[in-house]
Amino acid sequence: MASMSAGPAKIERQISLPPEQAFKIALRNITIRLGRAAITGAGTMLGIAFLMSVFTSTAIQVAKGIEILPEQQQKNTWLVVMSLLVSVVGITNAMLMSVTERYKEIGTLKCLGALDNFVVKLFLIESGLLGFFGSLIGSLIGMLFMLLTGLGVLGSIDWVGLLMRLGACVILGTILSILAAIPPAMRAAKMPPVEAMRAEI
Amino acid sequence: MGSGGIQIIENENEVNDTTVDTDYSGHESVVRVRGVKRTYEVGGTSVHALRGVDIDIKRGEYISIMGPSGSGKSTLFNMVGGLDKPTEGTVFIDEVDIAQLDAFELAWMRCRKIGYIFQSYNLIPVMTALENITLPMIFAGRDLDYQMEKGRKLMEAVGIAHRMHNKPSQLSGGQQQRVAIARALANDPAIILADEPTGNLDQKTGMEIIELLKRLNRESGVTIITATHDDKMLDVSDRIVWISDGKIARIRKRSEVDIKVGTIEGEV
Repeated sequence: MASMSAGPAKIERQISLPPEQAFKIALRNITIRLGRAAITGAGTMLGIAFLMSVFTSTAIQVAKGIEILPEQQQKNTWLVVMSLLVSVVGITNAMLMSVTERYKEIGTLKCLGALDNFVVKLFLIESGLLGFFGSLIGSLIGMLFMLLTGLGVLGSIDWVGLLMRLGACVILGTILSILAAIPPAMRAAKMPPVEAMRAEI
Repeated sequence: MGSGGIQIIENENEVNDTTVDTDYSGHESVVRVRGVKRTYEVGGTSVHALRGVDIDIKRGEYISIMGPSGSGKSTLFNMVGGLDKPTEGTVFIDEVDIAQLDAFELAWMRCRKIGYIFQSYNLIPVMTALENITLPMIFAGRDLDYQMEKGRKLMEAVGIAHRMHNKPSQLSGGQQQRVAIARALANDPAIILADEPTGNLDQKTGMEIIELLKRLNRESGVTIITATHDDKMLDVSDRIVWISDGKIARIRKRSEVDIKVGTIEGEV
């Protein structure tokens, strides 16, 4: 983002967290708590897998020359929206728990001079990364499983359109993950630094 | 940290100040607290944590704040550390009224002017010892070469250069606290705020940490403010402040207080 990598001469009254550092810290936070991260990411993965499977089955139906009924499409849309909503709520919940778990750590960061937006940045990057990998895996799984049902017509599938939908799924999953992490990240950022002083965990 | 030049000046001022505890000369005070009251609203009723406190903390001083829980000790401690703002009165840290600072300036002050040491060390668990120490320097916008150079020097100064790339979970309590001390010193702060720094350590390790703090205090002239119950800690303090019922009960110089430490008889 716009928080430039301060030249050594212009240090005065400047607090910064360069994007590459924020990325590094967020990635560490994921890898050190891999189990929790996997569960958070699994929410996105399942929702996106479902969306991609719907896309793929539609593409297969088109390839088979089967007409898609409007009411079936409506039903699918409804199911996809619901499943994505469930994933978003799941991510928000998981991130809230992870914020509570890291209260002291966040307080410490603030004592060291972190601005509210550093904390927000860290949580959003973390959630965005989880969303990206979750939805990448999810959309691949959804697509491959559905392709098994259309093995006979693989040649006549609109691959360009399908792959573009896969890309869209990954982008959507990442964006939804970031949006879902906004409330927890705001809560973390508002935490007063005094919390770090508390002796008990 | 070879800032020996500053220390000579410090010593001259010490001589002038030997007469009274509450000498409000101002200029050499790194913290000035004036008529500070702090009231919390808890469930509709007001709780008076501080009821009018005045104190000056001189540059380079080693000061301990004592008091039972609920005395207002923590509130005063947080106040001089820029973690809380007074309801009434003013707190000057390095001649800046903290009530006037916005969020950005407060963060800047925490980053550059104050180093924090906690009872439970509070190292960032996902980072190595060296990364923990360089984190405040990243916030301060220092370049990588500076960070590495300074980080290494600090680790040597606190005696844990050999554990540079270990994660906090791989270090003992004493080593973790040393990393925390190095981290607190990262941006050459004016004040180090230490909250029960020996609270989680055994006697011997606690003593080593206290000696380290005292040495850093002498060598770099950094002001150290601690909240503690540890007699060993009081022993190395220049002054001891007792808080009770939201007010300063008394302030004594070390020389005026009788503390027995060190020997096993004294510990009982």
